Amino acid sequence: MQDAARLHATREAPMYRLREVSKQFVAHGRTISALNHVSMDIFPGEFLAVQGPTGQGKTTLLTLLGALDRPDTGEVLYQGRDLSKLSDEALTELRARDIGFVFQTFNLIATLNAQENVEAALVPLDIDARDREERASEALAAMGLSSRAQHLPMELSGGQQQRVAIARAIVKEPQVLLADEPTGNLDEETRAEILDVLMALWRERGITLVIVTHDSSVARQASRVVTIRNGMVFAKHDLTARS
Amino acid sequence: MFLTYLERELRRRSKQALVIAVGLGIGIGLVVTVSSASAGVKDAQTKVLHSLYGVGTDATVTQAPSASGFGPQQFGFGGPRPTPGGSFSSTHIRRVPDLVPLRQSRVSQIARLDDVNAATGSLSLTETSVSGTLPDFASGGAPVGAQASGGSGGFHVNVSSTSLVGVEPSSTGVGPLSPGNITKGHYFTTPDQNAHVAIVTTSYASQHNLKVGSTLSLNGTAFQIIGLASIPSSTTDVYLPLNQAQSLAGMSKQVTTIYVSVNSAANVAHVQSEIQKLLPKATVTTTANLAKEVTGSLASATQLVTDLGKWLAVTVLLVAFLIAALFMLTTVSRRVREFGTLKAIGWRTRRIVEQVVGEGLVQGLAGAVLGAILGIVGTEAVSAFAPTLTATVGPSFATSGASAFRTAGGFGGGFANRFANGASRPAGFAARFNNLSHTVLVHLGTSLQGGTLGIAIGLALLGGLLAGAVGSWRAARMRPAEALRQVG
Ligand SMILES: Nc1ncnc2c1ncn2[C@@H]1O[C@H](COP(=O)(O)OP(=O)(O)OP(=O)(O)O)[C@@H](O)[C@H]1O
Ligand SMILES: [Mg+2]
Repeated sequence: MQDAARLHATREAPMYRLREVSKQFVAHGRTISALNHVSMDIFPGEFLAVQGPTGQGKTTLLTLLGALDRPDTGEVLYQGRDLSKLSDEALTELRARDIGFVFQTFNLIATLNAQENVEAALVPLDIDARDREERASEALAAMGLSSRAQHLPMELSGGQQQRVAIARAIVKEPQVLLADEPTGNLDEETRAEILDVLMALWRERGITLVIVTHDSSVARQASRVVTIRNGMVFAKHDLTARS
Repeated sequence: MFLTYLERELRRRSKQALVIAVGLGIGIGLVVTVSSASAGVKDAQTKVLHSLYGVGTDATVTQAPSASGFGPQQFGFGGPRPTPGGSFSSTHIRRVPDLVPLRQSRVSQIARLDDVNAATGSLSLTETSVSGTLPDFASGGAPVGAQASGGSGGFHVNVSSTSLVGVEPSSTGVGPLSPGNITKGHYFTTPDQNAHVAIVTTSYASQHNLKVGSTLSLNGTAFQIIGLASIPSSTTDVYLPLNQAQSLAGMSKQVTTIYVSVNSAANVAHVQSEIQKLLPKATVTTTANLAKEVTGSLASATQLVTDLGKWLAVTVLLVAFLIAALFMLTTVSRRVREFGTLKAIGWRTRRIVEQVVGEGLVQGLAGAVLGAILGIVGTEAVSAFAPTLTATVGPSFATSGASAFRTAGGFGGGFANRFANGASRPAGFAARFNNLSHTVLVHLGTSLQGGTLGIAIGLALLGGLLAGAVGSWRAARMRPAEALRQVG
């Protein structure tokens, strides 16, 4: 058994390198430090679980990793590029090609059916319509949802919606899959099902997976777990689930 | 994806989209209806003005006498001075005194100007007959300053005047009389310029028991009537070939009014100034100037349509724009999560803006279609239910105008026929309204113009675009990180 993180650390450059990253929010005259001088590396192919009590900065960290926002100070290097220095267009491009997002509340477009929701992720990539359709169908099939392709989100169960959302996240074959409490709105059984899906993706596709979670079963499967408190990151485990 | 997404979104909030479209539609419908009514009113005005003024005429050129040059005109009694108690009778043909003659060569000069289609000259004359009996002063005293109407001591005066206009027989498209006005008989032919022929108005004919073939004596010359003309508002009694009118008045190669037809309404002002350069002292009157002189329900309708109607349409349209924009803004604000998610999965802001603008445009398009339908229906409705309107050239104008003459008593100088000088008014116009106020009945036919529809549809699209722009302004400002916030 090998330590995946260490393996990557020795063989490859990190996928993410965060250095002294801070992020503050001002709300109602109060300044909240969501992230305080966070430094950490995330390696290609790693499955990182981020834990921590509510309001401690987990989501904030994910928005920085996902190129949705920029830090106030410090650097967020993604494959050597400093995201805090990239233009909005470049960040958009990065989100479109490299990063897959899975949300706690699924965030499917209510007016579009499952197939179209998945296709939406390919819209920024300028793929012709037929290709797009085909790839979306494949992604849905991989999630076992071929029979639900024409269903609207409201016609699907929570677990099914989340699987559509995962299909949408992976259809572009991203480098990184970021998930913010992907099982948070699901019952016990469905949680396990979604976790299995994510684990399978990580294992089979070698994707870098970062999951923010309260769910200890998720953390148990991860190759590394960090905890966030007061906007600071602490290492917790350093083990691998990959055999 | 663009169309699917757009269609689904609009379907989802179909009620709201309908409200926006209906709002825009009503606004557009009103704009179309009001501008059709307005065009109709303008048409009616043009019709009235042409009937008052001359067929195909866009401008007239006249010259008013200068204040010093032309005082009140006197005319004495021709022939032997009548003796007290005796009777007298006198007939004169003169040009209408408040029109200064212009050289006929000016007509062709004006006709050669750019943008002028045609020009023709006319000569306005008045035949005045005065007849009566003088009182016998020996028996009846001396009523110095007796009024013409008051005949004490056997003093009777009859003053009658006939209005004559000489027209060029070859000019049929422009001028005070056209073949279209002829109800019986025929219009002048070119050889008629040398013939003693006349066309009389139907009202004059019935007053004087004349018909086609009758003869009319003017200053002792017999003119054969070849046609009857109906010109609803005209004050002219008799039309003659210009040559004949000129020789009756001893005014060879002179005209009093030049009628000008311009190739396009847009060029009237330009032509007006060109003529003014050619004839600095002349008054060039265009139909636009004359429109101000028209009163009556047509004028009220014009006022109503242009003032109230325009404001109503503009207000409704603005409210519709506002509703569309506000609805769009709230809709987009409710879609923070949706747009945040799209941004998070890599949609460019521009792509989202396109989507929102597209939604606005489709609503605008629906509004345009609805507005066009409402506009056409509204136009038809106005046409169907509009009352017949009257157009009046006011009595105040007529009395202060050309020939509200006063007859002053007096023996030494004879009768003074004083014409009030209508210099402050368009003289040519005044000359044509020298008796009474004139009222013309017009039906208000609305006229729907393609251009108006086009503009209205453009306005609806603009409203939709505006709504889309407001919405996308909001959408563009959303941070992609919003997608990860739990509420919203
Ligand atoms: N846009 C924002 N404006 C103001 N404050 C914010 C904003 N985003 C985050 N915060 C604050 O930053 C802190 C960290 O928030 P964050 O969402 O990262 O926490 P979290 O660990 O994800 O919490 P949870 O487990 O409840 O999702 C919180 O105090 C939060 O209120
Ligand atoms: Mg969170």
